Amino acid sequence: MSVIAELALIFGVCLGGEIIAALLPVQFPASVIGLFLLIILLFTGIIKTRHIQRVTEFFMANMAFVFVPACVSVMEQYHLIRPQLLVFLLICFLTTPLVYLATAWTVQGIMALRRRKGKGGKQNV
Amino acid sequence: MFEAVTTTPFFGLTLSAVAWCFGCWVRKKTGSILCNPMIFAGGGIILFLALTGIPYERYAIGGDFIKMLLGPVTVLLAFNIYNHRKALGEYFVPVVIGCFVGSVTSILSILGLCWLFGIDRVLAVSMMPKSCTTAIAIGIAESKGGVGGIAAAGVVVAGLSGAIFAPVFAKIFRVKDPVAEGLAIGACSHALGTTRAMEIGQLQGAMSSIAICLCGIISSVVCMFI
Repeated sequence: MSVIAELALIFGVCLGGEIIAALLPVQFPASVIGLFLLIILLFTGIIKTRHIQRVTEFFMANMAFVFVPACVSVMEQYHLIRPQLLVFLLICFLTTPLVYLATAWTVQGIMALRRRKGKGGKQNV
Repeated sequence: MFEAVTTTPFFGLTLSAVAWCFGCWVRKKTGSILCNPMIFAGGGIILFLALTGIPYERYAIGGDFIKMLLGPVTVLLAFNIYNHRKALGEYFVPVVIGCFVGSVTSILSILGLCWLFGIDRVLAVSMMPKSCTTAIAIGIAESKGGVGGIAAAGVVVAGLSGAIFAPVFAKIFRVKDPVAEGLAIGACSHALGTTRAMEIGQLQGAMSSIAICLCGIISSVVCMFI
């Protein structure tokens, strides 16, 4: 499938996401809706991975580039962060291990429960 | 003439691409994970615009073209989930509940700390999705009236701290299970952390990728109610 055809597919999914987002009564990122759509399309087999192979490889390899303009836009809003820069950094930095902890312990807890109940305890190597 | 040069979309496009190459060069030269190309590129552009006095809006004419690609990039994360569907199926319940807890913890702790420190609403809302992958974080932040750029900055801080300290966390919090470890890394530090997770182990890497997508989705849904 040509790259343009792959793009047509991806852009089409994005468009679908935007349409649905506009119809929703609440604010929800259109891109995530598009994500849902593609998940459904892939899992139902309507779209196969080879249909989006090349475009995916390109974007995955260059993903961070797409975020650069968003980073630059901080410039516009710098006056907002500046007085609270240190606190901002602190909060982002401190909450990371917190999330790690919460996630890890929850998962381990559930796995332990499963094993105890004997519901096919998966042996983790 | 100067006006013509800076108001064409190619100005922003060229600047972005060149800055990106610069950022990659820095990363290669220093080999340090702290030298994130995105930060250096973004910082480089900001410096350039500030020094030359070119207003941000002119850069944005070209920059917005690239920003548009955030959509496809997010959508293509589905590819990742699909590729790991076997692992997802095997550990479905702990994965989903774990990611849910992680996402909620992230959002609530950010909002809580912001309230504690008296951070204003726009900033708080922008920081809220910092545990999600950049594309989704920006999407969530902007849909709530926040600033995409700040969300991206928060994401990088979270990503870097997770990527760097992942093994330390595993030791301190006594995380032995690779599934738990991978999910935790992905939940708190998304893509940047996943690269680290992959170094630690195959299963951890796969779980981390799944966590990126799931936490992004769950956070989007949870933030709807805020």
